[in-house]
Amino acid sequence: MVMWFKRKHDQILSILLVFPSALAILVFVYGFIVLTTYVSFSNWNKLVPDYSFIGAANYLRVFQNPRFLITLRNLGVFTGLFVGGSLILGFLLAVLLDRRIKAEGLFRTIYLYPLALSFIVTGVVWRWLLNPGSPQMGSAGINLLLEKMGLGFLKTGWYTDPRIGIIAVAVAAVWQMSGYVMAMYLAGLRGIPEELREAARVDGASEFQIYRFVVLPLLRPITFGALIVLGHISLKIYDLVVAMTGPGPGYSCDVPAYFMWELTFRANRFGQGAVIACILLIGVSLLILPYLRYSLRREAKI
Amino acid sequence: MKIRLFRSFLYIILVIFAIYYLLPLYVLVTTSFKSFEEVNVYAMWSPPKKLSFEAFRRALFSKWGYQGLANNFKNSIIMVIPATIFSSFLGSINGYIFTHWTFPGANIIFILMLFGMFIPYQSILIPLVQVLRFLGLFGTISGLVITHVIYGIPITTLIFRNYYSTIPKELMEAAKIDGASFVGVYRRIILPLSLPGFAVVLIWQFTSIWNDFLFGATIALDPAIQPVTVALNNLAGSYFVEWNVQIAGALLVAMPTLAVYLVLGKYFMRGLLAGALKG
Amino acid sequence: MKQKVSWMLVVLLAVGLLGWAQVGTPLVLDKVSSLADIALTVFGDTAYAPAIMRATNSKALVDNTFARISRLDEILPAGSKLWIPEETWAKAFLAVWDPNRVEDLFGGGKLVVGSWWTTGGEAEGLEALFATYRSRYPDVLIVNATVAGGAGFIFKAIVKPRIIAGDPPDTFQLHAGLEVEGYSPETYLRPLDDLYTIFGWDKVFPADLLDLMRYEGHYWGVPVNIHRSNVLWYNKEIFAQYGLTPPTNWDEFFAICEKLKNTGIVPIIIGNAGGWEVAHLFEDILASVLSPDEYRGLWTGETPWTHPGVTKALEILKRIMDYANVDYSAHTWDTALDYFVANKGAMHIMGDWAWGWFMAKQIDYKVGWAPVPGTKGIFVALSDTFTFPKRAANPINVIGWLEVCGSKEGQIAFNMRKGSIPARTDITPAEKAQFNPYLQSCMDDWARDAIVPSVIHGAAAPESWVVDFKDTINLFLVTKDVKGAQEALVAAAKTALGK
Repeated sequence: MVMWFKRKHDQILSILLVFPSALAILVFVYGFIVLTTYVSFSNWNKLVPDYSFIGAANYLRVFQNPRFLITLRNLGVFTGLFVGGSLILGFLLAVLLDRRIKAEGLFRTIYLYPLALSFIVTGVVWRWLLNPGSPQMGSAGINLLLEKMGLGFLKTGWYTDPRIGIIAVAVAAVWQMSGYVMAMYLAGLRGIPEELREAARVDGASEFQIYRFVVLPLLRPITFGALIVLGHISLKIYDLVVAMTGPGPGYSCDVPAYFMWELTFRANRFGQGAVIACILLIGVSLLILPYLRYSLRREAKI
Repeated sequence: MKIRLFRSFLYIILVIFAIYYLLPLYVLVTTSFKSFEEVNVYAMWSPPKKLSFEAFRRALFSKWGYQGLANNFKNSIIMVIPATIFSSFLGSINGYIFTHWTFPGANIIFILMLFGMFIPYQSILIPLVQVLRFLGLFGTISGLVITHVIYGIPITTLIFRNYYSTIPKELMEAAKIDGASFVGVYRRIILPLSLPGFAVVLIWQFTSIWNDFLFGATIALDPAIQPVTVALNNLAGSYFVEWNVQIAGALLVAMPTLAVYLVLGKYFMRGLLAGALKG
Repeated sequence: MKQKVSWMLVVLLAVGLLGWAQVGTPLVLDKVSSLADIALTVFGDTAYAPAIMRATNSKALVDNTFARISRLDEILPAGSKLWIPEETWAKAFLAVWDPNRVEDLFGGGKLVVGSWWTTGGEAEGLEALFATYRSRYPDVLIVNATVAGGAGFIFKAIVKPRIIAGDPPDTFQLHAGLEVEGYSPETYLRPLDDLYTIFGWDKVFPADLLDLMRYEGHYWGVPVNIHRSNVLWYNKEIFAQYGLTPPTNWDEFFAICEKLKNTGIVPIIIGNAGGWEVAHLFEDILASVLSPDEYRGLWTGETPWTHPGVTKALEILKRIMDYANVDYSAHTWDTALDYFVANKGAMHIMGDWAWGWFMAKQIDYKVGWAPVPGTKGIFVALSDTFTFPKRAANPINVIGWLEVCGSKEGQIAFNMRKGSIPARTDITPAEKAQFNPYLQSCMDDWARDAIVPSVIHGAAAPESWVVDFKDTINLFLVTKDVKGAQEALVAAAKTALGK
């Protein structure tokens, strides 16, 4: 009886302690989401707020704007390259570092330090590095290095070439975040008991098969965790584009968050800006729902 | 013999990638030591002909027009430290609740909280300003701290929840049977074990809050209380950019977070190892 | 050497300003009086009493020999020392002051000035304005709320939420012209027509500028400067080497391009990483193929965008891009000028703020200027103004600020450092001689050319239209589709003008 009361008392205490956080999130996240959604259906297109309802007109205008469609395409390409590139590179580096390397700490720090920089700094330096140069002034940045190494045929226009555009931005983003993925995978690899691998080896599996059938599945939670973090950074990407390329030729480097900024604060089309925010949110939900399903199923199993 | 060949190959690959990560740092450092006349995109690989500290001096102390960064470092520290500590503790308590003292519906609340991580901040600037004004917090450092704490709750909660879920349930059950209460278990068992989790959260939050620009620029319009990232942006002119000063400033601003990763990096790794981000 | 001379002039000017700065006169009472009596004696109208009260209280905050007046109806003893403000200021005070705001009668307070001028000449110019203001109103604390970002890119995002929330800066920077539409001035800004009359600005600014500044029949800001958009900068050494002279029309321009085509020198340098520079070039091209009235008509709806001049302008732009540096999207206009430094670039079209860059890089000796081909006699103008938000927290302090901005002393001090020219027309030749050679020639052109508004820099069109215009041109660079671009421009005009 006392135990029941104590448990109930503790449960109430739990709820009370979580309450402030929940309330803050309710207001500052969900309240704002509801407001933004409403604004996307409103006629607010001047500085003075106008909350009159106009249906889906803003959505139509946004989707009819060629610039918006380009940004959506860019976002898709960027997300694929950024998330995929970071995961693959991070995993590769973790696997290499896991092999009892001398100076592991040094390499780890070198791969990890870009995380300490802000996207603005990253954007500034990669703008310079991927500046292709020109016939009159000679090559610059990476192109110059490639030339000097005799790999001149690899030179490209990077972000000045509308066909490449956002890919160059992805190169910078992978540089910044792959260290984080590496750290996660390294921790994960270290957490896999050696016996499991030994057992597989004894069974005659090759190293490659061990990775494929033993290690990777065990690392799945990490992969998911990284997917979430990388995915949400990708959808919100803005600072990097501003600092590195701006919208780029033919908007080949433009992203929805950047376009939303211009629509909202320069063109004062608050209604249309809110539309883009809603679309980004929907994109995020598509990302997070599978993760949640997976995670809840795991909990149910445990 | 084969192994040694393989291992040298390994090192070569590691070094090649290390170069990929270090190249930008080289460009940043050499540019920051050049004078404005020498700064040139086409000469980015050449070391400075004449070593110049002018860029750093102007970035820190410039009294020509805009104030240098020196003042704003203080503001950033005043803002970042409380924000980091509060959001980390909140995350710890929430994580604790969600793993070991759950109540019906807790899972749903957790998921809803997590979603908060994903809103694009540009889209909520206007209501944010209005709410802060309503609370009388607009234009103050406290307002900035509270904003960072609130928007940090989802990620800190996530990290701690994952971390605490690796603490064996038996430990918890034993303590509860011993009659320990909510607070007691937290104090005696959870908190002592939380160090690795805190390592990850503190480092992550410190970095994100230190590097934030948007909230700092929106909420703190008075230059006297602006964080250093906003001041850094102002080092750029509105018509043309003095790249050496800009980059010198950027390096200075990155020093604290770099130092945190360099010095505390191994605790970060240990925290990850201990399951802080297992998903 | 030149810099030393201008520094001396700056010091002299500063000293001169300080000496002149005390706007008003002290008055010691010889008998017991009320403020109303004094107002009647000095100004001939008892209504000026609050102005005198405010001016005296401001002075009292920094000099305690002055009387502190706590009530409007206070009877002051003999021997009280008062400060009588200038009549223009007093009139402005009466026009602005809300009698319900008793707190305004006590002086002090802040002046929060919002802008995007953070470094170099712009910041020095702003500081010069602050210095002038401080010498007149030492009781006020100036808060320099500036946020960098070209054309207020970031500043606007910071200030607009504040305006909506009812907490604007006391004054902030705004481009002259239709950019004000983006701030819904009827709701958020105070019209300045009365101040224009009181301070005589409607007589001292040129008529074309006044036209440019009017929106919905009112003035919303006080211009501090004028910049010119349509300037062709050229590398004198390259021109000398190839025997070239600055082109006066597009045929001559393309002839020069052809001549330089295969020499390893880029005929025309462009940097478009900011997303606006090529649109800036296009507006100058439009000004060159259309008459000033036709150009102005584009933005009012009188000239249709289907006009053949627009087609011609697009063709010219397309052709120019063939001669431009291939890496134009990797450069902002200023980093693209590295070509000039290396003598690998011959010409560049950009507003006259480029001159400041040439001086900072110390290559101004080899740079010459001319109007953009076809625009001789046309001045594509843009101007920075300061506004008066309705809900400014310190409205009386703003009066003094606007007065300083509009004054000759303020404008000379500001513009000499910023690299633009004063908006006022009453600059004497002696004062003009203090400016650098480019600015002097610019002032001559300003006095006699036809003035048309720049669109990219906020004068000709509201911002939503500017964004559409810019987006269309940027897309055109890649599609090279003249017909499609023209249709998009027509559609943008239709959206903006509501027809």
